[in-house]
Amino acid sequence: MYEVIAFYVFAALTIGMFSIVVMSKNALYAMSALAGGMIFISGFFFILDADFLGVVQITVYSGAIMALYAFGMMFFDTTRDVSEKMRSKKIAYTLSIASAVLLVVIFCAPFFSQKIEALYPVIENVGNVQMIGLVLFTKYLVPFELAAIMLLVAMIAGIVLASKKMDGEWEAIEDLEDAKEGR
Amino acid sequence: MGDMAIIIETLIKATIVLAVTAGMGAFATWIERKVLAFMQRRLGPMHVGPYGVLQLAADGIKLFTKEDIIPQNVVKPIFMIAPVVAATTAFVAMAAIPFFPEFTVFGYTIHPIVSDINVAVLYVMGVASVGVYGPLLAGMSSANKWSLLGAARAVVQMLSFEVVSGLSILAPIMMIGSLSLIDINDYQIGGISDWLIWKQPLAFLLFAMAGFMETNRSPFDTIEFEAEVVSGYATEYSGMRWGLFFVGEYANMITVSVLVSIIFMGGYNSLWFIPGALMMLLKVSFWIFLFLWVRAAWPHIRPDQLMWVCWKVLMPLAVVNILITGFVLI
Repeated sequence: MYEVIAFYVFAALTIGMFSIVVMSKNALYAMSALAGGMIFISGFFFILDADFLGVVQITVYSGAIMALYAFGMMFFDTTRDVSEKMRSKKIAYTLSIASAVLLVVIFCAPFFSQKIEALYPVIENVGNVQMIGLVLFTKYLVPFELAAIMLLVAMIAGIVLASKKMDGEWEAIEDLEDAKEGR
Repeated sequence: MGDMAIIIETLIKATIVLAVTAGMGAFATWIERKVLAFMQRRLGPMHVGPYGVLQLAADGIKLFTKEDIIPQNVVKPIFMIAPVVAATTAFVAMAAIPFFPEFTVFGYTIHPIVSDINVAVLYVMGVASVGVYGPLLAGMSSANKWSLLGAARAVVQMLSFEVVSGLSILAPIMMIGSLSLIDINDYQIGGISDWLIWKQPLAFLLFAMAGFMETNRSPFDTIEFEAEVVSGYATEYSGMRWGLFFVGEYANMITVSVLVSIIFMGGYNSLWFIPGALMMLLKVSFWIFLFLWVRAAWPHIRPDQLMWVCWKVLMPLAVVNILITGFVLI
């Protein structure tokens, strides 16, 4: 009973938030609504007793959208509306038809859900974190490790990019100091 | 019927937590002024009530009755909601914190925790970090250069301290094998020698520093430092909206104090003849005092120094700490 109420509240909030993300022309509204929507999604995880995933949803997305805000700050005047240019209407039509089909598929999914079997059914008296750990380090070990390597590559690339710039800035500062001292 | 009882119990607990921490936060502002005055050989607030205690009430009345000014060019809804975000996240984070040991009233056992989820540490830290959205949204919607600078600093600071606090807390969690704050508390049940601070001194230090950054306390108060960015994100705010930021900051201070006390300093276990609840209050008071002491003692640092110390000193130390802990555990 309470779960149903909670589900509908969170569902309405999430849909509302994400429609603001799509409809709004103000970058600040869109980003704030995105952050709100992501946090409301964690509500569904909490309703399903998947506490760990819910918390991870909050932590990961709050950090990720924070980075998005940083980009927004750099590229837009966030207090003004952004005027969008729509180059071709074909893309808009194709996307809207595709999303309509997707919606139909999602609404039809419950008809087939009785035939779905859980590969790793819930074990009684085992915590959420432990269960995720079990699946992650047995069945999904290879994708997990691959993701780790990908992140490592991205990190090294980031360090290389930033360190080049840092050397340059350092030299600029030294030049400035030299100039000050009249060398 | 059982459902109803749980809902009523939770509502009562939530109300008590909200009221008590908001009250404690308000009281902490007076304590802060008094302690700082004492350390700087001044008197602090003295005129309203005995030793200036009623200054608190006077400030409260002023904040509540002040005109709610919303400047002309701001993004109105975001500007209005930002302080609410700052205050609510600070209180929502407290939902998973066990404040005291359980006790019995009229034959009814009460667990002083609003919701006992088994990933409490992650939950509290995650929600508390969402609190950075308050300053961020405030700064970006204010249409003011100083506010924008404050918001930019908030992003930078958040991305830096999140890594340190997350990695530093990992080592103790590896030793305990649980993310529940109650399990962490029970792990340190055998007196002072069992406190995790002795087994994980480095993690304790790193987590405490990250806590100072998270609550924007000096020496890491870069986002609202008067000498550099006027008042940072809060430049355009006045009245109760500004007050909400303040309430959020003090609630966050209490959250961090409680978290450090539970994870590293034995939590609410009783010690010698001192009962657990009193122990907890003593530790939290000590931590609040430490926040003020540090503010009086240390100068504030620049944002680039903050990033430097986070990424080049604290993060490698945290990673090394995890590695050593892993080897010892194996």
